[in-house]
Formats: sequence, C-alpha cells, structure tokens
Amino acid sequence: MIEVKNLNKSFGDAHILKGITTTFEKGKTNLIIGQSGSGKTVFLKCLLGLFDYEDGSISYEGKIFSQLSEDYKRNLRAEIGMVFQGSALFDSMTIAQNVMFPLRMFTKMNKSEMMDRADFVLKRVNLEDAHNKMPSEASGGMQKRVAIARAIVNNPKYLFCDEPNSGLDPKTAIVIDNLIQEITDEYQITTVINSHDMNSVMEIGEKIVFLKDGLKAWEGSKDTIFKTDNEVVTDFVYSSELMKKVRKMYLEENQ
Amino acid sequence: MSYLNSIGTYFLMIAEMFRKPTKWGVMKQLILKDIDDLIIGSLGIIAFISFFVGGVITIQTALNIDSPLIPKYLVGFATRQSVILEFAPTFTSIIMAGKVGSFITSSIGTMRVTEQIDALEVMGINSLNYLVFPKTIALMLYPFAIAIGMFLGILGGMAACVFGGYSTLADYVVGIQTDFEVFHVIYAFIKTFVFAIALATIPSFHGYYMKGGALEVGKASTTAFVWTSVVIILLNYILTDMMLG
Repeated sequence: MIEVKNLNKSFGDAHILKGITTTFEKGKTNLIIGQSGSGKTVFLKCLLGLFDYEDGSISYEGKIFSQLSEDYKRNLRAEIGMVFQGSALFDSMTIAQNVMFPLRMFTKMNKSEMMDRADFVLKRVNLEDAHNKMPSEASGGMQKRVAIARAIVNNPKYLFCDEPNSGLDPKTAIVIDNLIQEITDEYQITTVINSHDMNSVMEIGEKIVFLKDGLKAWEGSKDTIFKTDNEVVTDFVYSSELMKKVRKMYLEENQ
Repeated sequence: MSYLNSIGTYFLMIAEMFRKPTKWGVMKQLILKDIDDLIIGSLGIIAFISFFVGGVITIQTALNIDSPLIPKYLVGFATRQSVILEFAPTFTSIIMAGKVGSFITSSIGTMRVTEQIDALEVMGINSLNYLVFPKTIALMLYPFAIAIGMFLGILGGMAACVFGGYSTLADYVVGIQTDFEVFHVIYAFIKTFVFAIALATIPSFHGYYMKGGALEVGKASTTAFVWTSVVIILLNYILTDMMLG
C-alpha cells in the first residue's frame, strides 16, 4: 500500500500539488484522473521519487520514502515497474533485450533463465513472436505491451502507468486496460495509473482520485463516480453527450 | 550566474558518475559498445584527415622555403613537429568534438526526451554512471587513435613530398629524425588524454541536462560542439604553457 499525506509541490512560484492526501491499495487498479495541467504527472513523478516535494510524505508499506537510505531506496525502486506515456523502450535494444534489462541489472539469473522469464512475460502480453524486433519496428500498441512486460518481468510490488492508452485506438486501449487489471489482480500489485481516458475510468477504476488545479477534488470508484453530485467531477467525466447518456442509463438501471 | 550554475552542475555530474556503479557484466558490454561507436567508428575520418593535412603541411612548408641556404630536410622536420605537437592532438580533437560530441549529445538527449533516462532512474539505476561513465572509459583509448593520426599525418607528408617533387625521400626521412624529442610525444598524449575527458563529459552534460523536444536536441548538440571546442582550445593553451612554456 502507498500512503500519501498532505503532499505539496511547487516549481518556483507555481504551486502544483496542494496538500494531497490519499492511499493506493494493494491488488487494486488505482487511477489518478484530471484535466491536462491538473498535476497528475507531477503527482506520479513525486510518487516515483523523480521529483522532490516541499511538504508532506509518501509511504511505501509504512516506510516514508524521503527518510529511506539511498540503498533502501534503490532496493525499493527495483520493486517498482513503470510504464511511461511514450513507452520509453531503449531503442538500441531488441524487444527481448528491453524486457530482460531489469533482470540483467538486478538479478543473478543466467542468460537462459532470463530468456525463459522474458518468454513468459512476452507471452503474458500476447507478444510471442516479437523478441528480435527493434522498438522502432513495433506499433504503438506493441510498444505499450512491451513496456508492460518490462515493468512486470521482475515481479514488482508496485506498477505505475502514465497514460498507458494515449495514442492508441479504442480497441487496443481496452486490451491494455484489461491486461493491466489482470496483472494487478493476478500478482496482487499496487497499481497506480495516470489517465484522462474515461473508458479506462469506467473499465478498471477500482479506486479513482480526481485532481483539479493541484487539489484532490474527489475520490471514489468506477461505481460511485456514476452517482456523485460533485460538479467538478461531473463536468469533467460527463463532458461528452455520450458519457451523459451512459450515466443516465446507469442511474436508471440502478434505481 | 547561469554559467557558474552550469559549471557547478557539470562538476557535480562528474562526481555523481562514480556513485552507485552499474554491474560489471553490464558495464563491460557498454564500454565495448562505446569503444566501437566512439573510437573504432572515428578511425576512418581521423586517418583521412590526418593523411591529407599532413600532405598540406608538407607542401606549404616546402613552398615557403625560398632560400637555398635552408636544408631540404627541414620540410620533414616541420611536418613532424606540426603534426605531433599541434595538428594530431588539437586539430583532430576539435573535429572529434563535432563528430563524437554531437553523437554523444544527441544520443543522450534523445534518451532524455523519450523518458528513457527517467526509466533508468525509476529502476534505481544511476543513469549518469550507466550512460556517461562507459563513454569516458571508452575515450581513454583516444590517444591510440591520435597515435595513428600522427603516423598517417607524417606518412601523408612523405607522400606529398616525394610524389610532389618538393624534396627527396632521404631528406624527408632525415628531417623527421632530426632533433626528435620523446617528451614532445608524451606532451601530445597528455593533451589528448585531457581532451578525451572533455570530449566525453561536456557533450554528455549538454545531452543529459537538456530540456524540451527534438528541436532542443539539435540545439544541445550545437551548443555541446561549441563549448567542447572552446574548452579544448583553452586547455591546449594552459597545458602548453605548463609543459612547454
């Protein structure tokens, strides 16, 4: 579990995150949603330790990240998998080498053991025949799946995804969403996803944190988001006519 | 103030590069790859430029000797001194600041833009050690490339001298042996070694700390070339004054 208490982050005079307090639970897909510029990516990078923050705390299993020794932080980071918005695959390596990279860096596995593990996770993301391709030869959806395979290859306790569906067609986006949820459930990972894709919210949002101008404006789940009266949330989530109709139908069915 | 800040960040980068070393098995492969990219991949251009510039130095020296009192072997002597003392270590290093420097800045800068450096950091890897250290070690072999440049420069001078009819082969050979001082070669290699550190770290600094997108990668490469050249020229002056002055 990841606990965030009163998190504040500024860049110069710009106060980006304003006292955010929340928890991200184990075995659940936790979504951070909000408009562009609401502070989602900064929040995610604070969680990952890529950004320092002025005030507040982030705890992993009760241990405050900023108070950990460098060695402990390094070990903790080895338990974190991250799927970046642009996949961030190493373009000088093949897909198999990308997936094996965390194993090469952090385990004492020999080459055949690493290959076996890479085969396993690539099969898990439905990419059995892509081992020797370079990332530049793979489609956007394939790259995202490789990024997920690389993120889970070392059996992480925590999985972070920054807009995993951006730039993907709706069908591939659903495949990626379902894959993340299955993996979260299967390996009991604490998953945190940064998204502004409403399909993702409705499909896999077991816990949703809504940010508005750096403040936590609302939190709930994919079920409670239909029922909320919070205007800030409804303005954002139900901004399209289609989503308004979906909500209306949901509320009529569940009355 | 921003220059001072950049200089401070540069030295902190150098210190950080030695912390949290990457596993030796992985580092060894990175070093070998960088030797291939930075040293082996540069041998062709170093050989080409050295050979022909050696020839040009010989022709210009020969054409400027009008007096019959000046011995013909001076052409070989002047070529050797120019190539060993200045041309091979300094002139070649400035060309390498363009070739190797822009390669380093653009490759690291692209990794920054595409979040590959963030991916390394998230995994708990010291990205400076992973990216910059192997390049620095690979460029420690740069003096060997310069030694080849020195040999080919003198060889190019000999070819121009003999085939251009500016002097005889015997005179040229006497010239390149006249008043030979081993210290001049040591001085050239010490300079080259220091330039190699600048060639590895200054472009890495510009690539690693760049912000923005593809356009900024291009700008960072240009800036890295300018600053690497400036630093090489300043270091050349300082080292020459210290060692020969």
